[in-house]
Amino acid sequence: MTAISFRDVSYAYDEEGFRIEHLNTEIEEGEFLAVLGHNGSGKSTLARLMNGLLLADSGTVEVFGVPLTEKTLYDARRQVGVVFQNPDNQTVASIVEDDVAFGAENIGLPREEIGRRIEFALSAVGMEKYRNATVSRLSGGQKQRIAIAGVLALKPKVLVLDESTAMLDPRGRHEIMDVVTKLNREEHITVVLITHFMEEALLADRAIVMNRGEIAMQGTPQDIFERHEELLTYNLALPRIGEICKKLQAGGLSVPDTLDIDCLAEAIGRLLNE
Amino acid sequence: MKDVSFGQYYPVDSFVHKVDPRLKILFLIGYIVAIFLAKNFYGLAVCAFVLLLVILFSRVPILKVLRAVKGILFLVIFTAALNILFNRSEEVYWAGPAVYWRWKIFSVTQGGIVVSLFLVARLILLVTLSSMLTYTTTPVALTDGLESLLTPLKWMHIPVYVLADVMSIALRFIPELSAQTERIADAQKSRGASLDSGGPVKRVKAFVPVLVPLFLAAFRIADDLGEAMESRCYMSGRTRTKYKKMHFTWRDLLVFLLLGGMIAGVVLLRIYIGGIL
Repeated sequence: MTAISFRDVSYAYDEEGFRIEHLNTEIEEGEFLAVLGHNGSGKSTLARLMNGLLLADSGTVEVFGVPLTEKTLYDARRQVGVVFQNPDNQTVASIVEDDVAFGAENIGLPREEIGRRIEFALSAVGMEKYRNATVSRLSGGQKQRIAIAGVLALKPKVLVLDESTAMLDPRGRHEIMDVVTKLNREEHITVVLITHFMEEALLADRAIVMNRGEIAMQGTPQDIFERHEELLTYNLALPRIGEICKKLQAGGLSVPDTLDIDCLAEAIGRLLNE
Repeated sequence: MKDVSFGQYYPVDSFVHKVDPRLKILFLIGYIVAIFLAKNFYGLAVCAFVLLLVILFSRVPILKVLRAVKGILFLVIFTAALNILFNRSEEVYWAGPAVYWRWKIFSVTQGGIVVSLFLVARLILLVTLSSMLTYTTTPVALTDGLESLLTPLKWMHIPVYVLADVMSIALRFIPELSAQTERIADAQKSRGASLDSGGPVKRVKAFVPVLVPLFLAAFRIADDLGEAMESRCYMSGRTRTKYKKMHFTWRDLLVFLLLGGMIAGVVLLRIYIGGIL
């Protein structure tokens, strides 16, 4: 089933130009989609259009077949959870468990169910030991995992991460990516990962490159990275591992085009043996 | 980063932590009343004893408690100084002259020392107990308690839950904003702003370049938080359920009796002992 579909969607913040222009795409249930793009490409606007924080000026956004309007956005938000960029500005309560409970309280679940959901959400992000911890003492990566748990407590079918790793250190980024891949594979949650880190996009089934509010490129992450010269025109650079491959090839070594570190290591190992 | 303790929850499991937040709020109000009913040091001694019990049974480290007092040190010294300098009573409480020193309208008298000690003791008791409330109660519990106590206002169609939410979010963001303040102050200092020198007026003026970006940062946080809250199905006016339930237990009964006993004790001491000492 189609989780979210965009049909000829346009949205503008002001009159100076469209941030999203005549956008068409479909996100299938269970899919792991990466949305790439440099600053101002409209990728964050896309996230906000998915759960009705912004409503399209023209065209329709459908969430599981239901068009998003003022009337339906509350239900859409139960299905589409969005986690944002800044780890410090998303938690409502001082204590982890109270914060995770917030969404579940908002939709009026009974107490026992909220308790179960907190347990589920915290274990899904590997933070069950921190149930009674103070949010402000956690690391950035841990805070973002709590933010994900807060959304998971609503049991959404789609999880949208709007540059949720942008303000984290490499370790924190790793933590989040592990959690997200696990949620996609084990809980079958549809994931929309909005990012400007190309390495992260590698984990996705499909990638979209946004440029000036339009979809500029589309395909598997591998397909897209193959076209690295085109990527540069959208101000996106290849992941470091891809660059290394290109440089080795330019130096006359026969390594394959790959973004998989083990694959490259193996190839280099073979060359060394010869 | 400075450790911001004021208004921050101290997470341990203790008797005081488990007391119903509504009762804790009422206890604080009762305590304030008792402090102002006390007319002499004996009454304050009763209040101090109760405070000691609260600290003891809260398992909050004494250093943390003292830090709350440190925050009002300036106010304490100011109050003490004013009261000593401007009190002109000629009463004698101990052997020695009633007036130690006098110059124009200023004087140091036995009466002045006694009264200022009394006021300082009041102030310290008050602040310490208030900080005990926030040390032992999570903002959410505090909010729920307040909301429940303010239920009568709901009948007058005042949106109590919104006010309660606002309060708990304000408490939640104290550490974030104070960290932000320090970051901005450091940034301005590195551009040559001098924030730590000069007289009070100069210092306040020098702080403006810190305040403006701080306000912007606060608005930014509010924007972000608003989006995050809406994304989690928050809608003002909708009924929410509460995960944490408040109920009255034997603990609360004990605390209630303690409060009653303290107020009764203070009132009795007020009636039967005339002097302040």
